[in-house]
Amino acid sequence: QNVSVEVLDHLEHLALVDFRDAEGVERLQKAIQFADQLHEVNTDGVEPMDSVLEDRCLYLREDDVTEGNCTKELLENAKEKVEEYFVAPPGNIPLPKLGERETFLQGS
Amino acid sequence: LAPWVPVVGLEIHAQISSNSKLFSGSQVQFAAPPNSLVSFFDASLPGTLPVLNRRCVEAAVMTGLALNCSINKKSLFDRKHYFYADLPAGYQITQQRVPIAVNGSLSYSLCIDNKMSQMVTKTVRIKQIQLEQDSGKSLHDDTRNQTLVDLNRAGVGLMEVVMEPDMCCGEEAAAAVRELQLILQTLGSSQAVMAEGQLRVDANVSVHHPGEPYGVRTEVKNINSIRFLAKAIDYEIQRQIEELENGGTILNETRAFDSKLGCTISMRDKEGKQDYRFMPEPNLPPLILYDAKSLPANMNHQQVINIDWIHERLPDLPSVKREKLVEQYGVLPEHSFTLLNEDGLAEFFENVVKQTQMKPKKVIGWILQDLLSYLKQHSLTVKESPVSPSLLADLLNLLEKKEISSTAAKQVLAELWKGEGKTPLEIVKEQKLQLLEDQKELEQICQAVIDRQENE
Repeated sequence: QNVSVEVLDHLEHLALVDFRDAEGVERLQKAIQFADQLHEVNTDGVEPMDSVLEDRCLYLREDDVTEGNCTKELLENAKEKVEEYFVAPPGNIPLPKLGERETFLQGS
Repeated sequence: LAPWVPVVGLEIHAQISSNSKLFSGSQVQFAAPPNSLVSFFDASLPGTLPVLNRRCVEAAVMTGLALNCSINKKSLFDRKHYFYADLPAGYQITQQRVPIAVNGSLSYSLCIDNKMSQMVTKTVRIKQIQLEQDSGKSLHDDTRNQTLVDLNRAGVGLMEVVMEPDMCCGEEAAAAVRELQLILQTLGSSQAVMAEGQLRVDANVSVHHPGEPYGVRTEVKNINSIRFLAKAIDYEIQRQIEELENGGTILNETRAFDSKLGCTISMRDKEGKQDYRFMPEPNLPPLILYDAKSLPANMNHQQVINIDWIHERLPDLPSVKREKLVEQYGVLPEHSFTLLNEDGLAEFFENVVKQTQMKPKKVIGWILQDLLSYLKQHSLTVKESPVSPSLLADLLNLLEKKEISSTAAKQVLAELWKGEGKTPLEIVKEQKLQLLEDQKELEQICQAVIDRQENE
């Protein structure tokens, strides 16, 4: 099955990825097909593994102040700053809707 | 008209009281120069990784135990994705699948009809407590059409406490939050000062007719005090009832409380419903907690958190403290509530009781009426009181030994409030307030008064 244009558009909004062209979409389709192979295995009663770290020990740090105080360094990366604040647009600028932006994805 | 049943649930974010942040070693402090308490990880620079702060886990376990929760010996971290300028990583690390504590309860008390003498106890179920990161702060500069971002708060540890929709009005919600605040402060897991953003409450509100399914709920945000919490909820309940009675519908939306106008305003997002695309946090293994039985023999102590060890060291919770005050001193239950409601007042009371022969049941009147009303009138905290427990005890001793009358005692107290350093005895002598017991002296005075009357 193909991934619908609605889902592709939704993903572009959420993740700000750009599928760019048919090849990009095809790569996604292949990735889904690859993962779908999992359905061939009977996983009834098996706890899903969500990380290969599941048997590792989660290291606990002592509550000491060991970093920070590097305002100058952090602000070096900022395109714009005001005193020592980062500057951002007044709110989120959402991706324009499907019909209103340049994308190879066709509207339904 | 069929009656309406309002339903109120709460999501409370309490900032964890710790020196450093949840996943990094930068400092936690209110009001510091912008972006001075930010590490590379907090700024989400590439190549940085989260490292869990032990103190934050202990704070969450303490809070879970105090709220009668089951502590999950294995809990997991997840990423919650959304875009906002004060969330540099583009996701928040939280516990969506398996949080650290679940299925607890909180008991709180309400006065019926505003009469403190008639208190009723209610319970609200705690759905869960989860550990998560706080975001940075956005300052909106409307004149220049921009947002200024300070990441000092980004990454500070939060405990999100989710209360089931067992409440029915603003008053209940306010009482529940107040009790939670006292518990957190007693535990020390959060200082829970709402004015400093250490305790933030969002309310979920809906209404329905009895017997019918629950109505559509709205989420009310931007509530900055317990007083406003009650107002915001009651306003929203009324708004929904009026809307529905006028044939309208309620939208499942987020509304902001405007404290100046006393109403809630729609915050409807132009981007539509959020899809947070939750996924396991790949950089953090599961959080494993132990108890006395499961304690591993050969692990470094610093790496082990023992739930039983923490349980044994929990301080007396407010409800227990109140019972002890009633039992030990014979004061009324409603007195114990007031004593615990003012920071330091219970200690003040106990200090006075220790230093005076006057019975606690009599002392309490002086504490709750005279002392507390003076403090309230002058907007002072107990710690700022110019009258110390010793001074008050001295005064009450004079009264108890019948060296002065109670009217005189009130006069002396009024003088003590000036904080001029005089002792009660000095004031009594200065103002000649001693009770006279000498029969002859009394006769002389009475005779003098009678004589004066005859001459007028």
